[in-house]
Amino acid sequence: MKDDIILLGHGSGGKLSHQLLDELIIPILSQVDQAEQNDAAVLNGIKGDQIAFTTDSYVVDPIRFPGGNIGDLAVNGTVNDLAMSGARPMALSVGLILEEGLRLAELREILQSMKVAADKAGVKIVTGDTKVVPRGKGDKIFINTSGLGVFDHELRPVGRGAKPGDKVLINGNIGDHGMAVLASREGLALQSEIATDSAPLNAMVARLLAEYGTAIHVLRDPTRGGVATTLKEIALQSGVDICLAEEALPVSDAVAGACAILGLDPLFVANEGKLLAIVAANIAEDALVTMQTCEFGEQAVIIGEVTETSAGRVMMRTAIGGLRAIEMLAGEQLPRIC
Amino acid sequence: MKYSSEYRDPALAKALVAAISKDVQGYDGRMTLMEVCGTHTMSIYQHGIRSLLPAQVRLVSGPGCPVCVTPISYVDQAVAYARRPQTIVATFGDMVRVPGSTSNLQREKAEGADVRIVYSPLDAVSIAEKNPEKTVVFLGVGFETTAPTIGGSLLEAEKRNLKNFFVLCAHKTMPAPMIALTSDPELKVDGYICPAHVSAVIGSDAYQPLAEDFGVPCVVTGFEPVDMLRGIQMLVRQVVAGEAKVECEYSRIVKPAGNQTAQAILAKVFEPCDAEWRGIGLIPESGLRLREAYQKFDALIALPVEVEEPREHKGCLCGEILKGKVSAKDCPLFRKTCTPEHPIGACMVSSEGTCAAEYKYGDC
Repeated sequence: MKDDIILLGHGSGGKLSHQLLDELIIPILSQVDQAEQNDAAVLNGIKGDQIAFTTDSYVVDPIRFPGGNIGDLAVNGTVNDLAMSGARPMALSVGLILEEGLRLAELREILQSMKVAADKAGVKIVTGDTKVVPRGKGDKIFINTSGLGVFDHELRPVGRGAKPGDKVLINGNIGDHGMAVLASREGLALQSEIATDSAPLNAMVARLLAEYGTAIHVLRDPTRGGVATTLKEIALQSGVDICLAEEALPVSDAVAGACAILGLDPLFVANEGKLLAIVAANIAEDALVTMQTCEFGEQAVIIGEVTETSAGRVMMRTAIGGLRAIEMLAGEQLPRIC
Repeated sequence: MKYSSEYRDPALAKALVAAISKDVQGYDGRMTLMEVCGTHTMSIYQHGIRSLLPAQVRLVSGPGCPVCVTPISYVDQAVAYARRPQTIVATFGDMVRVPGSTSNLQREKAEGADVRIVYSPLDAVSIAEKNPEKTVVFLGVGFETTAPTIGGSLLEAEKRNLKNFFVLCAHKTMPAPMIALTSDPELKVDGYICPAHVSAVIGSDAYQPLAEDFGVPCVVTGFEPVDMLRGIQMLVRQVVAGEAKVECEYSRIVKPAGNQTAQAILAKVFEPCDAEWRGIGLIPESGLRLREAYQKFDALIALPVEVEEPREHKGCLCGEILKGKVSAKDCPLFRKTCTPEHPIGACMVSSEGTCAAEYKYGDC
C-alpha cells in the first residue's frame, strides 16, 4: 500500500477501500481469493439443530497494552463467549471502524495479532467490514467481532445450573486485564509490569466438558464487572447463595498493589482470559487438576462453594473471619477497558 | 502484599476479636465508636468487621468522606465554571458524579463542557501550561491529606508564572467537626477512630482537646484489618475503664507532631476559615482559604460567575448519615431512587461514601 495512514477514502467503498482490503486485511486475516469474495461466507460442517452465536465490540483505550492489543482481545473475547456456552468456536466476523489518520503500521500489527489469536483458538475469520470515520469522530480503531459456534454434544453449562454443594473454580489470578489497561493508560509507574491475561479458553472448556460432562454445571468468563459481578449474576440466575473464601482468591502482588493505590477491588476488575467453573463437588478436585494441566490453567484454584441456602446472594468469608456481602459492580469502575 | 500482609494476619485478627469480646464483658450498655475517614468506612465493610464485633460495640460513620461533606452550592459553582466559555474544569474523579441542584459535571461534560479528571493537582497545572488560551479551574476539595498537594500546585503555578490556573477552594480540616459532633446532644459518641492519613499530616496531638476538654477517647488507627481491630480494642479498653486519652495505633506512619513539611506548605498558602459542611452546617475554623498573597489563584475572587440557587434533594438523608445519626439503610431513597448509577446524595457517589460502601458491600 502506498499510504502509511488511514485516509477517509479508505472507507469510500472505491479503489482505496479495495486496496486496503486486498493488500492488507484479507492477506492477513483470511487469504480468500478475490474470486471467492462474496457478500457472505458459506460455512460447511454444521450438523445438529443448535448453533451458538454472539457479538462483542471493542473500544479499549489504549489500543496497545502489555501482553496484547485490541486485535487479539477482540478475537479471544468472542471465542471465550462462545466457549462458555459449551459450543466449539468456529467462525468470526470482523467489523473495523477506523479513524482517519490511523497509522497503517498500527493497523497491520493489530490485524496480525488477530490472525495469530484466531489460529491459536482454531477459528476462522470468514467475513468482515471496514468503515472510516473523520479524524476526531472515532478513536483510532474500534472492532466488532461476531462469532459462530457449533455444539458437538448435548451439554449446556448455563448460568442457572449452579446447585447447592457445588464448588467454584477459577483458572488463575484475577484483575490482570483491567489493571494492565489502566496502568498503561494512566502511565502508572509500577515496579513490575502488569500484563493482560487475554487468552482463548476454548481448549480448556472442551477438555472439561469431555471429561466431566454434566458435572460441569456453569461456565462463565468474568470480564467487565469482574468475578464479583459474574458470580452475582450466576447466584441470581440459579437462585442459590455462593460463598467465597477471601484467602483463596488468587491476586498477583502487582495487581493487589495497584488496586490498593487506586482504591479498586480486584474482585470487580475485568479479566479476559479467565473462566469461572461451577462444578459438582465430587469431581471438583479432579476438574481442578485437569484445569491445572491445561494451557492458561496452571494457576487454577477453588475459590468458594454454593451453600445450602438459596437467596441469590454472594458472600465472602474475609481472611480475618468476617462475612461480607458482594454485590454487582455499580457504575463504571474503569471505563473503556475492552 | 509486602509490608501489609502482617496487618492482615488472620490469626492475629481472630485473637484481637476474642480479646475485644473479653474486654467488654460486664460492660453495661452499648458503646458508639465513630470513624471519620472514608477509607476506614470502606475497610470496615470490606473486611466484614461489624460481623465480628460483640453486640456492645456499635460502629457508626461520621463526616469523613471529602466529597460527601462538600455542600451542594459548591457543585453548582463548579457546574457554572464548566459552562463558562474557554474554561477547563480539572478535578479528582469522584466529583464529576456528585449531584448539584439541577446538574452535575458528568452531565455538563456530555453536553460539551471541558471537564478533565486528574490524579494530582500538578496534572492540572500542566493542563494550564499547555492551554494558555484557556482558563483552568481546579476543584480543591479534601482534608489536610490533599490540601498540601494543592498548596504545592499553587507554588508550582507561581513558579511557572501561570496566569490561567485557579482553584475553587473548599478544603476542610480536622478535628473541628469531631468537636462539633461531640457537642450534639442527640448523638453520643463514646470514642473516635481518628483518621489515618489526615493524622499523618496534622499529628496525633491534634486530638488532645477532644480527649482533655470533651472527655472523648481518641485512637488514631491504620486501615488494615489488624490495625482496625487493634484501634477498636484500644478504644473499647478506654471506654470500659472510663478513660479519655489520645492513643496512636498507627505509629508507623503517624507522629505526635505530624508532617511538618506539609504543615509548612499549608501555613504558607492557606489560612483557617469557617466552613459549610453538608448536613452539619457552618463550623467555625473548620476550613481553609487562600491567604491574601495567593488570592490571585482563587477562582471565587478572580472568576465571578452566576450560580443557581442551591436546592437540596427532598428526602435525601445524607446530612443525618454524615452525622452518624442514621445509617444508609434508614434512608427512604437508599437502593430505590438513589443508587451508584443515579446518585441523589453525595454519600452514594464517592467510593468512600457511607451509602456507596453499604450498597457495594452491605453487611450480611
